[in-house]
Amino acid sequence: MTLDLDTFLAIVAMAVATVLTRMAGLLVIRFVAIGPQQKRALEAIPPAVLMAVIAPTALATGPAETLATVATALAAMRLPLLAAVAIGVFVVAVARALIGA
Amino acid sequence: MKRVGISQEFFGGMRAMAPLTVAVIPIGLVFGAVAASKGLSSFEATLMSVLVFAGGSQFVAMDIWTHPASWGALAFSALLVNIRHVLMSASIGTKMPAFSGPAKYAAMLLLADEIWAMAEVRAGENRLTPAWYAGLAVPFYCVWVLASLAGAAAGAFLGDPEAIGLDFAFPAVFTVLVMGFWKGRDTGAVLAASATAAVLAHQFLPGVWYIAAGAAAGVAATLVTNRHQEACA
Repeated sequence: MTLDLDTFLAIVAMAVATVLTRMAGLLVIRFVAIGPQQKRALEAIPPAVLMAVIAPTALATGPAETLATVATALAAMRLPLLAAVAIGVFVVAVARALIGA
Repeated sequence: MKRVGISQEFFGGMRAMAPLTVAVIPIGLVFGAVAASKGLSSFEATLMSVLVFAGGSQFVAMDIWTHPASWGALAFSALLVNIRHVLMSASIGTKMPAFSGPAKYAAMLLLADEIWAMAEVRAGENRLTPAWYAGLAVPFYCVWVLASLAGAAAGAFLGDPEAIGLDFAFPAVFTVLVMGFWKGRDTGAVLAASATAAVLAHQFLPGVWYIAAGAAAGVAATLVTNRHQEACA
């Protein structure tokens, strides 16, 4: 039951940033007309952000992580979220054990 | 009479959400466990789930967590990861005529991906009421918080998550989500630009700038391919 001051500030800062994104859409539709170009840019943000987050792990960490990312992506085409994640975790654990990384 | 209507609506939303509410339990457990392995106390991990309630950005925060925590970097990455909420709230905001002004903003506090998706489905086939939305969102929120707490409390006993590959759970969740955003060749261009920029920035820049670099490159890619298509058409 400890609460570090820096951790607390970081959590509050994350919460404020997240609430801003959740409220912003309501303000946007009140004041701004979203044209096709703006819509395209907004739609590209989620995959671009998520790809950026996983890229260093997927492509520049090691063969076990790259292999597991590919396995997860292939599994995601057929299986629900949790099953695909379980396969990714299983593959990375086995690959690390075999490669010794 | 009106009371019965409200509770019926609430339980209707709760029932519609039930499969997703169950599915979020293991994800919350994993979040709590990894937060514990990063040195957060059970209270801190649970507080993050209570106040932030955005799985994606909480996973990313664990990825870039430092001691002491860097609030600027964490807030910035939460902003980037959650910027999709702007589009989501803009979209569902046009489908909430049954909500008063303040109720609309209150509802947005719990606008997680899964809740947004179910609310969009409901608004497509029926009137989306505040009671139905509350039935959708509140139990899901409570389960997420409790699962985080349980995971953090158990996490201290689980040991090193890397040994059983548990540290890969977050990149795996993101990989699945990325696949869900696939809409053809344009998405391919976005992903390729984002991955290239992110790996380069990760190599040469400190902190989480690689997320901003990847996001900017991905958005630039979609605008460039769009202009190209318009020029060809």
